[in-house]
Amino acid sequence: MDFFDILISIMGSTIRLSIPLIFTALAGLFSERAGIFDIGLEGKMLAAAFAAASAAYVTGSPWIGLASGIGVSLAFSMVHGFASITNRGNQIVSGVAINFVAAGLTVVLGQAWFGQGGRTPQLAGAARFTPITLPGVEAVRDVPVLGPLYANVISGNNLLTYLAFLAVPLSWWVLYRTRFGLRLRAVGENPGAVDTAGISVTWLRYRAVLVAGFLCGFSGTYLAIAQSAAFIKDMSAGKGYIALAALIFAKWKPVPVLLACLLFGFLDALANFMQGKSVPLIGEVPVQIFQALPYILTCILLAGFIGAANPPKAGGVPYVKER
Amino acid sequence: MSTASVPLPNWINYALLPLINLILAFLVSGLVVWIIGENPYEALKLMLQGALGRGEGIGFTLYYATNFIFTGLSVAVAFHAGLFNIGSEGQAYVGGLGAALVALAFDHYVPWYVTMPFAVLGAAAFGAAWALIPAWLQAKRGSHIVITTIMFNFIGAALMVYLLVNVLIVPGKMAPETRTFLPGGQLPKLDWLMALFGLKLGPAPFNVSFLIALFMCVAVWVLIWRTKLGYEMRTLGLSRPGAAYAGIPYVKIVMITMLISGGLAGMMALNPVLGASARLQVEFVGGAGFVGIAVSLMGRSHPLGIVLAAILFGVLYQGGAELSFDMPNITRDMIVVIQGLVILFAGALEYMFRPAIVRIYQQFVRG
Repeated sequence: MDFFDILISIMGSTIRLSIPLIFTALAGLFSERAGIFDIGLEGKMLAAAFAAASAAYVTGSPWIGLASGIGVSLAFSMVHGFASITNRGNQIVSGVAINFVAAGLTVVLGQAWFGQGGRTPQLAGAARFTPITLPGVEAVRDVPVLGPLYANVISGNNLLTYLAFLAVPLSWWVLYRTRFGLRLRAVGENPGAVDTAGISVTWLRYRAVLVAGFLCGFSGTYLAIAQSAAFIKDMSAGKGYIALAALIFAKWKPVPVLLACLLFGFLDALANFMQGKSVPLIGEVPVQIFQALPYILTCILLAGFIGAANPPKAGGVPYVKER
Repeated sequence: MSTASVPLPNWINYALLPLINLILAFLVSGLVVWIIGENPYEALKLMLQGALGRGEGIGFTLYYATNFIFTGLSVAVAFHAGLFNIGSEGQAYVGGLGAALVALAFDHYVPWYVTMPFAVLGAAAFGAAWALIPAWLQAKRGSHIVITTIMFNFIGAALMVYLLVNVLIVPGKMAPETRTFLPGGQLPKLDWLMALFGLKLGPAPFNVSFLIALFMCVAVWVLIWRTKLGYEMRTLGLSRPGAAYAGIPYVKIVMITMLISGGLAGMMALNPVLGASARLQVEFVGGAGFVGIAVSLMGRSHPLGIVLAAILFGVLYQGGAELSFDMPNITRDMIVVIQGLVILFAGALEYMFRPAIVRIYQQFVRG
């Protein structure tokens, strides 16, 4: 395999590995910009993956799978909202609880319903989101450089992949060009001011948390019925935390979120590719270095060595109206 | 005045409210059991029998409880200073390295009671070291401790897998683990303690680290409520500006608190590594660090509460394992669900019933 083919193949898997991160990090973006920390992204993604795979298996329709994934993720979001907005509970504790409930419930229900040790049965092709071939692939395939790039990286992905890339500018537009987005950002910085303006802090935060649930529904669905063809126990495998790291790395801004997710996806793809191969001068690089790199980078960033990463000011603090 | 600030007597705050939340968590768990078509009452009975019915069951229950006492104390100590240490999992994992290195170095030459103090120090030192950077980042650079400790859990996991696969592995073996320690590097079982109550321990790995855990409970109680440092930690936990006004050095207290917290988490490794399996294995912590969060919340960050909550979770873990034998429809993951629900109701929704209780209480007091 020559260098260019390797590059194309790594770029392809970078995109595939980035998609769940993009959806999830955008979910965290909406929630945290409104002042609600969300450690429970991982759990929502996992629960959505299970719901999507189960529903798609039973009905044979990926769309019903997607709807179920979103529905379950929204339900978990409501629990998080109820605990951290209405009851002013600790947002971190609530998120941790959601991760546990999702990790346990998916396996318990999966075993009870399908009896395959927590897996869901393998999905047939029609029940999945399958790759879409963009127009003109055959025509440009032989063009050097651009042809393979178009045919193997840009084309041949599934619908959710394209939606993820659309979700980034859309999120930017919602956050920075709509009244809802302005208020949402304000409620994460200074909920008191928003309250004084006569706007309900509670309702705004609930909507932000629901948007987060909606987006996590997509990431879970992608994992279970677009990237794979079944739900597997713990299939989110820390991706929710990587997305959280990407969100911090992007300093809570939509377009940098995309870039950070692509970077972390690339590290993951590179780790897979480098396994067992040796680099000139350095020798074999342990795969664990690539796995730990997103977290290490995020810590370095948080320490303020690569510019400051300042979270929304009111993040993690429940709003008490009467004070 | 809002209902949140009405004072309630201690027995309501520390006994009744947690109990209501716990019962609610179990009711929802029972609902899940019922949904998957089993009898929740039968399940509960099997679980209690499995955990407390025989000496062996009790031995396993207390073995799990030992892990949870350490991690629960770890979370609680940080919590008293207003720090939320989510990194006990990683600190315990790296602590295992400290304990294992001591055991590997000493087990040829000295009996276990000479190895033990060094192993305790090794585990605590490595656990504390893993909390050092997040502590420094929080104290000096203002990065949120929750985020950094989560990141360090993953970095720790990657580091330990690397070490076990590439460095500590026994040459020629496939399993990523160290060699088995000789008796000089093992903590003996507490058969005699069980025998006092007329119980047989059987193969359960209940060992000396349980006594170390109880000792640490007393030590933490003394530290928090009977020393100047503990007073400063609690002041900081109540109010950072208040602590600053009183001249309590923020950076120093944060660093010391996190080192103690990490040390306690690291000591958890004594139990599985030196007590149970007599070797360092991949993923030996198995989520005990996260259980520590639930244990600390349930136990209201008090050592006595932590012991009770740790035993409760020990019952869940051991009983859950037995339950999954008897009712194959209910997998061991049911424990994780119950655990999550306990964290949700006892932690995040802790005050859900408070307004109602305040109303009832006020009516009652007015008579």
